[in-house]
Amino acid sequence: MLPFNIGDKTFESRLFLGTGKFGSNVQMEEAILASGSELVTVALKRVDLETETDAILSHLKHPRINLLPNTSGARNAKEAVFAAQLAREALETNWLKLEIHPDPRYLLPDPIETLKATEELAKLGFIILPYIHADPVLCKRLEDAGTAAVMPLGSPIGSNKGLKTIDFLEIIIEQSKVPVIIDAGIGAPSDAAKAMELGADAVLVNTAIAVAGNPKMMAEAFKEAVIAGRKAYEAKLGQQYNQAVASSPLTAFLYE
Amino acid sequence: MTNFKHTFEQYNWNEIQSKIYATTAKQVEQALAKSKRNLDDFLAMISPAAQPYLEQMAQISHELTKKRFGKTIQMYAPLYLSNECQNICTYCGFSLDNKIKRKTLTDSEIKLEVEALKKTGFDHVLLVTGEANYTVNINYFLNAIDQIKKDFSIISVEVQPLSQEEYERLHEAGVYSVLVYQETYHQEVYKQYHTKGKKSNFDFRLDTPDRIGKAGIHKIGLGVLLGLEDWRTDSFFNALHLDYLQKTYWQTKYSVSFPRLRPAEGIIEPNFIMDDKDLTQLICAYRLWNEDLEISISTRENEKFRNNIIPIGTTSMSAGSKTNPGGYVVDPQSLEQFEISDERSSFEMASIIKQRGYEAVWKDWDRTFDFKF
Repeated sequence: MLPFNIGDKTFESRLFLGTGKFGSNVQMEEAILASGSELVTVALKRVDLETETDAILSHLKHPRINLLPNTSGARNAKEAVFAAQLAREALETNWLKLEIHPDPRYLLPDPIETLKATEELAKLGFIILPYIHADPVLCKRLEDAGTAAVMPLGSPIGSNKGLKTIDFLEIIIEQSKVPVIIDAGIGAPSDAAKAMELGADAVLVNTAIAVAGNPKMMAEAFKEAVIAGRKAYEAKLGQQYNQAVASSPLTAFLYE
Repeated sequence: MTNFKHTFEQYNWNEIQSKIYATTAKQVEQALAKSKRNLDDFLAMISPAAQPYLEQMAQISHELTKKRFGKTIQMYAPLYLSNECQNICTYCGFSLDNKIKRKTLTDSEIKLEVEALKKTGFDHVLLVTGEANYTVNINYFLNAIDQIKKDFSIISVEVQPLSQEEYERLHEAGVYSVLVYQETYHQEVYKQYHTKGKKSNFDFRLDTPDRIGKAGIHKIGLGVLLGLEDWRTDSFFNALHLDYLQKTYWQTKYSVSFPRLRPAEGIIEPNFIMDDKDLTQLICAYRLWNEDLEISISTRENEKFRNNIIPIGTTSMSAGSKTNPGGYVVDPQSLEQFEISDERSSFEMASIIKQRGYEAVWKDWDRTFDFKF
């Protein structure tokens, strides 16, 4: 399985994890370790930056785990840019998961504000991974603005509905010059495997692992599914045909 | 400019009540079978016909809550700043005609109360007062908020209804959410319970969440005082109100609370009794109707109920609460608004939450996002 790069980092694991929704921080830590993930996203609003011993961060101190602070809570570009700078200062990383969702119900990303924030943050030297709709044009615009990757959603966040946006994801993967990480809605290991088979560079999973009956075991299942899907992609999947291929009735005349 | 009154006037209390009580088992089953449920489904789920489906509703509520909010419970604590009140509300301990010494915390008293609360782990405080507009007004609130905002990531307020401009000032000052309960949506009954004072104006109160929404406050909390009128009909109107607000102020979060009438000094007995089964049904109905709604359970409820409601739809809980100004250290004997039922401390509650497989979350906001440009 090929490693891949985002910005200046190389990743062996193509599974990224979220840290919210777990029943305990110990459970979260166990699941992350079992997943083999090297990049985990942390909501700035959940972290107490004033204490050395923050309950979440103290469970994420492992050499192979990189932190990806996110701006969840920001409702526009200005708030996100400000939060990003604070996160960079406090967590000593210029990596950022850019999340701008003015809608607190479905947490759907605001494409206009996200593009604006990406333009600004790129100038400030951030490695930006924006959470966005599966919008191929927006992805190209973000590339032009200097994004390090794109994170289109598979379905509404936390919905566990899988790859409802599959037709657009395929276009994004086909066109993208930056890594494509499928972010939201991945509900089962089979969804993750499917995303990898399509050629996504990585997937980010949170709810499906955090609220599973056994989060650690579910993390292992996702780890294996991501590996299987990626291997299938690299091994070149056979084409699917909807009907059996007939002996060439349309071109047979050429050989008569 | 739009307001809820317009929507409210299109509904009739008696018609809604009849519809609720005429709901059939088939209608309940249809509502439960859906993946997206509307207000008609909510109406069916709070009906007596839905009672036999309570376990099924609880199971769905559990799954939906887990999916949306994870296995977490947000922790908050009330801080009563004043029990002065110029309203007469026949069910409330702070009622004007209740001849007991009144107290409003001074700066130094607030400081002592905050120090005590911080020792118990809280990072989200809910400021509560009665309604005494001459002394406990916007200037008093702004002064208090300015004093305590370094100590809490989230400040919520539950005070008298204010003007839009005053809510804007609270928002500027760093208030995250505002709670205001209509008490009852039955206009005539409302008048009987709120006989005197500014609160007797039903329409002004009904319009309050609109003013909060227009002011850009992050979260609005609604509720009815369960026990004043038929809880099913009142809850339908509360849901109608939420539905209108969510569509109008779409960037705002919403929460619902379930104050059941509790004994307090000099007050009446509830007219309508709501038992634990009813309350569980109501909580489930809210969740099944609205997956994103925050559901808050206070210490009005007893230990057994609170322990068991954690996985059924709850998203936030208070603990170790005092409902009197100065209750934590300054003046433990002052007049309380109501008696609490669950006296366990914050850390005891957090460990109960943990035993249920949930994480008690103390911090879920950062002042960074309140930065003004």
